[in-house]
Amino acid sequence: MPSAVSGQSLDSKTLLLKTAVGEGGGQLQWLRMLPTVWGPGGSVISGLCCRDCFKAFYIHKFRAMLGKNRLIFPGEKVLLAWSGGPSSSSMVRQVLEGLSQDSAKRLRFVPGVIFIDEGAACGRSPEERAKTLAEVKPILQAIGFPWHVVALEEVFSLPPSVLRCSSQEPAAPDGAYKAAVDNFLQQQHVLGAGGGPGLAHGEEPLPQPRAQSAWDLQSLVRPPAAAQTEALSHLFCSVRTLTAKEELLQTLRVHLILHVARAHGYSKVMTGDSCTRLAIKLMTNLALGRGAFLAWDTGFSDERHGDVVVVRPMREHTLKEVAFYNRLFSVPSVFTPAVDTKAPEKASIHRLMEAFILRLQIQFPSTVSTVYRTSEKLAKAPRDGPAAGTCGPRCLLCMCTLDVDTADSATAFGVQTASHLSQIQSPTPLTETGTPQGLCCSPGGASRREDPQACIAEQLCYGCRVNMKDLPSLEPLPPYILAEAQLRTQRAWVLAELRDCLIEDSEDEVGQS
Amino acid sequence: MPAPPCTSCHAARAALRRPRSGQALCGACFCTAFEAEVLHTVLTGRLLPPGAVVAVGASGGKDSTVLAHVLRELVPRLGISLQLVAVDEGIGGYRDAALAAVRRQAARWELPLTVVAYEDLFGGWTMDAVARSTAGSGRSRSCCTFCGVLRRRALEEGARRVGATHIVTGHNADDMAETVLMNFLRGDAGRLARGGGLGSPGEGGALPRCRPLQFASQKEVVLYAHFRRLDYFSEECVYAPEAFRGHARDLLKRLEAARPSAVLDLVHSAERLALAASARPPRPGSCSRCGALASRALCQACALLDGLNRGRPRLAIGKGRRGLDEEATPGTPRDPAQTPTPKAVPTF
Repeated sequence: MPSAVSGQSLDSKTLLLKTAVGEGGGQLQWLRMLPTVWGPGGSVISGLCCRDCFKAFYIHKFRAMLGKNRLIFPGEKVLLAWSGGPSSSSMVRQVLEGLSQDSAKRLRFVPGVIFIDEGAACGRSPEERAKTLAEVKPILQAIGFPWHVVALEEVFSLPPSVLRCSSQEPAAPDGAYKAAVDNFLQQQHVLGAGGGPGLAHGEEPLPQPRAQSAWDLQSLVRPPAAAQTEALSHLFCSVRTLTAKEELLQTLRVHLILHVARAHGYSKVMTGDSCTRLAIKLMTNLALGRGAFLAWDTGFSDERHGDVVVVRPMREHTLKEVAFYNRLFSVPSVFTPAVDTKAPEKASIHRLMEAFILRLQIQFPSTVSTVYRTSEKLAKAPRDGPAAGTCGPRCLLCMCTLDVDTADSATAFGVQTASHLSQIQSPTPLTETGTPQGLCCSPGGASRREDPQACIAEQLCYGCRVNMKDLPSLEPLPPYILAEAQLRTQRAWVLAELRDCLIEDSEDEVGQS
Repeated sequence: MPAPPCTSCHAARAALRRPRSGQALCGACFCTAFEAEVLHTVLTGRLLPPGAVVAVGASGGKDSTVLAHVLRELVPRLGISLQLVAVDEGIGGYRDAALAAVRRQAARWELPLTVVAYEDLFGGWTMDAVARSTAGSGRSRSCCTFCGVLRRRALEEGARRVGATHIVTGHNADDMAETVLMNFLRGDAGRLARGGGLGSPGEGGALPRCRPLQFASQKEVVLYAHFRRLDYFSEECVYAPEAFRGHARDLLKRLEAARPSAVLDLVHSAERLALAASARPPRPGSCSRCGALASRALCQACALLDGLNRGRPRLAIGKGRRGLDEEATPGTPRDPAQTPTPKAVPTF
């Protein structure tokens, strides 16, 4: 049975139920059977719904999600992460429509679109990748926003600064949003009175997007260097399990999008994760040991990177609704195979969880919505501790505050017993594998006796550590990760050396990022 | 291919590989390591202070058998005394056989055994009677909901009768992992907020409870029982196929196959879940009827029994619990047709 989650097209018969309505002048009307549609206020509307009402509900949900969170200020540059799949395509369409409405209800930000070509990680040949890009290009041009097509190989030219969390802007006070909107509307009014119809939008003047597209067109024509493609496929082939591969792919993708956003001045990134996807992601992350970070991974806004905030406006739309909408209103999407396409169910934790949740959903139809509602109750703070802030070191890869702390917590013990084996095997004793905040590397880069893998593991959160275990050697990793890891290790060593002399008045170290 | 030597004593042939680390060990070394780990858990968590009278919830199954055996070995180290408490839920064809196993164990280990029965404690309600009462209407019988709540009450009661200061149960790491999965799937934010720790410290007059086997995986528990040749009762409860936990258990098995450390990762996640203040359960008070720990006017056991006695067994299950503040009128004729109207959200 074709599954919606892999982005394949749905059989039309399963979607629509067409009946002829006799009354009302003998008009044919489409009646939809929608299993779970949430109306305004979160009420469940199950059963029949006509096409226009469905569209109204769908759009309303999108707008309400953006509106009630009040995170996107007028005039802000927002990068739409488009994967080609149904959810992100739907999101792009929503933004497109939202920007073109009349002035009262129009969305007020400045969008751009990014598409990442992950063909090298999935083992696709250059011809296949070129074919996909040929399908992607017309859609991007039709959308009309400034677009960026980036190959995943570019991670090999990323700077280490990607992994550093920029200082967070203080949260704007409540009145600031309203004030900003009023200000913006006033400006528009003035512009609209003086300028021509082209400028009434309040967006950047038209020539600029064109020029940007031309630049990207050139980068589109020029394929990535063969050496980089080789390096990327070598990296992904060296990962032992599909679970770790998927996690690595996700990490690299996030870093790449972050870099592009920062380079072009985008302060927000929108991803098209739907409700179903997020429920699956939540359960998957639980199983991967990322329970401490669920609120960031699945919440509406993810501000762990500091200056760029990731936003998930589609999080209340179930995948079924997205599929219906795309079908009814002809939203174009491109199917790109991912690392786990056609993988058997047992191949990775992600696949297992996806299959499990979808199966359970058949028996208990409120499973996805229950998991989603529970995710809304998660708080962005460590369980028993000070409120979330910049305290404590951050994970090298996922940039969350490290969650492996006290040596006598449950799983620290478990980790110790598991690493007993590596301790017995390796000739040089790994001193503080169980107490993560300790140092492990002796000074100097040349005479490093200890295992570099242990050095990097020190800087990772629990979930990333478990993933790293499936990576036998660190060399294929992109240079920015290795450089940053080395920098942090040396910094930590220097601090330890100077600890006696430094006067510290708080727990927050000066040099820690 | 001959078995490799044990990596711990280097003398005997290895008889097993530890599931988590893959380390090859002989039987004796494995048992020693297992006991050392349980001891470490108890000591670092300061779970059982010296002089404690510990009531072991003994069901006759593998977990409680292993727990009782290990604690018995550790008694001189910890300075505690043990009491076995078994609960008779009144499940025909299952519990009687299990109780026979418990009696044999108590005789062999020379530990005092107390049996508390639902029938005596809860006004004649055995699990079979509860199952009959909740049957029908096409929805699940929720037997496990009743059994779990009532069992904890029964265990508490049994522990008090023998003068215990602590209660220990044999939950292992797999149980904890299944619980956190289940709680997420059912949206039980209250339990998520409360769970994941090392047991409860015993607030409001309830005895402190803990789970010394919490970090031992199920496979290791089975291995330990095998190498120590322990006699336990290994059949599944008659009502188990209806339990929601079965789904979580199935998922956990598959996760473990995909990634062996999945159980440990889930326990780690559970420890670090942070829920918003509004989702956390309120500070517990005491039940207006029996005085036990309760977060509402009535404790869950009294509420469930109330529902059973009034012929409305689903009264206290699921959301929107109505009618709990109605005074119970003993002697009202039971009207099986009087079940509360089903709401749009299916109750679990």
